[in-house]
Amino acid sequence: MILHEFFSLEFLRVLWWLLLGVMLIAFALTDGFDMGVGALLPFLGRTDTERRIIINTVGPVWEGNQVWFILGGGSIFAAWPLLYAVSFSGFYLAMFVILSALIVRPVAFKYRSKRPGKAWRTAWDWALCYGGAVPALLFGVAVGNILLGVPFRLTPDLLSIYDGNALQKLTGLLRPFALLAGVVSFAMLIMHGSAWLILKTEDPIASRARRTGTVAAMIAGAGYALGGLWLALGIEGFHFVTQPDPNGPSNPLLNDVAQGGSWLSAYAARPWIVIAPVLGFVGIAMVLRAFRAGGDRSPLLWSKLAIFGMVASVGLTMFPIILPSNTDPRSSLTVWDASSSQLTLFVMMVACAIFLPLIMVYTAWVYRVLWGKVTAKEVSDPDSHAY
Amino acid sequence: MELDIVDLSRLQFALTALFHFLFVPLTLGLSVIVAIMETVYVMTNRPIWRQMTKFWGSLFGINFAIGVATGVTMEFQFGMNWSYYSQYVGDIFGAPLALEGLMAFFMEATFVGLFFFGWDRLSKPAHLMVTWLVAIATNFSALWILIANGWMQHPVGAAFNPMTMRMEMTSFYDVVMNPVAQAKFVHTVSAGYVMGSVFVLAVSAWYLLKGRHIALARRSITVAASFGLAGALSVVVLGDESGYDAGENQQMKMAAIEAMWNTQPAPASFTVFGIPDQEARETKYAIHIPWVMGLIGTRSLTEPIAGINQLEAQAELRVRRGILAYDAVMKIRETPQAMGDPAIRAQFEDNADDFGHALLLLRYTDDPRKATDAQIAQAAEDTIPHVWPIFWAFRIMAGLGFTFILTMAFFFWRSSFCRQTYPRWSLWLAVVMVPTPWIAAEMGWIVAEYGRQPWTVDGVLPTALSVSHLTISDVLLTLIGFAVFYSILFVIEMMLMLKAIRKGPTDDVQLTEDWEAAHIRRLSPTQNPAE
Repeated sequence: MILHEFFSLEFLRVLWWLLLGVMLIAFALTDGFDMGVGALLPFLGRTDTERRIIINTVGPVWEGNQVWFILGGGSIFAAWPLLYAVSFSGFYLAMFVILSALIVRPVAFKYRSKRPGKAWRTAWDWALCYGGAVPALLFGVAVGNILLGVPFRLTPDLLSIYDGNALQKLTGLLRPFALLAGVVSFAMLIMHGSAWLILKTEDPIASRARRTGTVAAMIAGAGYALGGLWLALGIEGFHFVTQPDPNGPSNPLLNDVAQGGSWLSAYAARPWIVIAPVLGFVGIAMVLRAFRAGGDRSPLLWSKLAIFGMVASVGLTMFPIILPSNTDPRSSLTVWDASSSQLTLFVMMVACAIFLPLIMVYTAWVYRVLWGKVTAKEVSDPDSHAY
Repeated sequence: MELDIVDLSRLQFALTALFHFLFVPLTLGLSVIVAIMETVYVMTNRPIWRQMTKFWGSLFGINFAIGVATGVTMEFQFGMNWSYYSQYVGDIFGAPLALEGLMAFFMEATFVGLFFFGWDRLSKPAHLMVTWLVAIATNFSALWILIANGWMQHPVGAAFNPMTMRMEMTSFYDVVMNPVAQAKFVHTVSAGYVMGSVFVLAVSAWYLLKGRHIALARRSITVAASFGLAGALSVVVLGDESGYDAGENQQMKMAAIEAMWNTQPAPASFTVFGIPDQEARETKYAIHIPWVMGLIGTRSLTEPIAGINQLEAQAELRVRRGILAYDAVMKIRETPQAMGDPAIRAQFEDNADDFGHALLLLRYTDDPRKATDAQIAQAAEDTIPHVWPIFWAFRIMAGLGFTFILTMAFFFWRSSFCRQTYPRWSLWLAVVMVPTPWIAAEMGWIVAEYGRQPWTVDGVLPTALSVSHLTISDVLLTLIGFAVFYSILFVIEMMLMLKAIRKGPTDDVQLTEDWEAAHIRRLSPTQNPAE
């Protein structure tokens, strides 16, 4: 195939960096509310019927939403194999905890209402809560750690070495800034889940969601602002020492990255990226207003904008660094030296160009079919197949 | 026995993969069976077929949930436990995994919600379309996963790049059209169809024995027997061994399946029974059937099948050529300009196909260039997998395969030509057979993946090098975690499955009964066809 040479490696790498961002944001926007709803379930649903209403707002769609995560993982494997190798083996125990949450969730949805017992159902409700809350928190912790730099190094064979045993690696992740990032992502997805419940349920669940959503949005906004301040004052960023070749071979050891200066110097170099944090703050402010104004649809729309801005701001701030190493900065993975080959990136680009629009179309159709509020009448109908 | 990090990682992978593979083939088979039933419903408008669709669909749902849950582990475990593998071959292996998400799993997961929740929200044809999309996407999913797996068995369309220290794709077409992958796909989805059919058959037979849900059970047996017969013929005739002549390492697996220590003159005979002795390199108490193996393995009477000793000798030559490639790669890594030196380049390119064989030496020496003759011989011997588990796993699988053909043919005959009547013994047989497709599928996995050892990617990357840099306690912790977690899930899933089966169909009960009453058939529909 010669076709792939029409697209430079540099172009394909930037494109795949963007696509990765698209997938992660799509994951946060869709499965984000599933996780928020799961985390809120035992608290906003007081009777069994209420809980079933809450579960059935996401019951038919969460499975498709979660594929954004699977697809994100697959795409990291295909387009950024080094990132896949280093991050998943490095965050070993944290990944295991996330997996446990993702394993328990599908079964909890499916099995909860198969038996009438109170203990059975309550146990699965807490499983759903775990399945939503834990990833929501840990994804943020992971992002915080990536901004701080992760202690790995690459051997000349490009084997990733991440020192310490699993427990040390896990507790090593719990640094104050990373915990703040975890709180922000947790609050963000609680806000999103609340906004979804307002759209899909009636009072009293909707009005309870309005209250939790307001608190969550305040925490997310304040935490996000605090995180920005912390980045400006107390955290060193990473940068290239020598100018890398954007079309060079994918071997991080051929480029030199160092720690120093501030991540926020990106805003001096590329002032336009300030739009991302601005959208984040505007989104939060508008969510708060929408929660108060009492509309059904506007909270979810503004919540999406806020999440888009906040997630995008992390990527745009770090570009072109993807996964910095704080113990051996030379090993840091960047857009210019951690990608797949030109051919693989090209093939995957073509596949995305065809299938991503298709996915959006049929997902939109499914949401349209399922449009409308979930009511007590609906979940108690024996022929409804509700969870 | 001292377990090292490689053994533990393999154990964990085998545990999670074998567990995942308990649910996936049933999903494959049931998705199509359910779609067939709904098609009959839409075409005939008979409520009984809708009831069947919903009933088998609900069992499909219980199974599907746990298949999805355990599949997530598979997608991420490569990075967690096999990070060197991931970086070394991600350029090729990652692509089909991502394409699976993009083209198949997304569709499956998005529409499966509508399958369950869309009965009242969609028109009949629209719901049927949703069901078929789920079934097609499920099968498509298997295609991409087996393209990825097929590449591990027979790595085509890729080459080693010394600058990035990894394999890179050279032809996407070759990776997709890999003959081993194609054979595996047909074999595996057929196995899924057989599993789905045996499952439907067994549950329906149990209903007939108990005299319950007769209308549903009779029709279900007809569907299962026809679909299952097609599947069973396909799974045996289009067996996965048709890809085994594709490469030398596949040939080694074939020789191990057959415990064929030395090359036999064509056409080779098939050993029905025997006790392979790896130390002595002979098969004791062997009973042979002439010609059969030659036919299975090469589809011809004239091509010989290579024996283990001969393949080992070839492997030794490849290790020696691999050392030359390794030497060139090290020179390029020390001074990247060496890439421009035509002599070094030629030394690498002439021996690049054998580079992986040099990596086998890393178990015995830090520098393969300094390997002794004894170490080289040891590395060549390592290319021989453990023969007896593969030998026996294959025989159990193949024996069950023929049993499926006979069973399905019998039920197909009774269903088509004997007014859908079944002797009681045959119904009991169907019930007892319920675990067999699972045994066959797990055995198939063992033949394919255990038979691939000592490689993760045949001839390219040894398993011992593929693991992540983790401690024993790390992997032990997650291994125990998965084992406990999966056991609990398994118990719960079995409990719910049995409960749902015992309860029987709960949807449209009145509607179906009224309809049955209004349509007195040639055979009274409530008359139990169990003889």
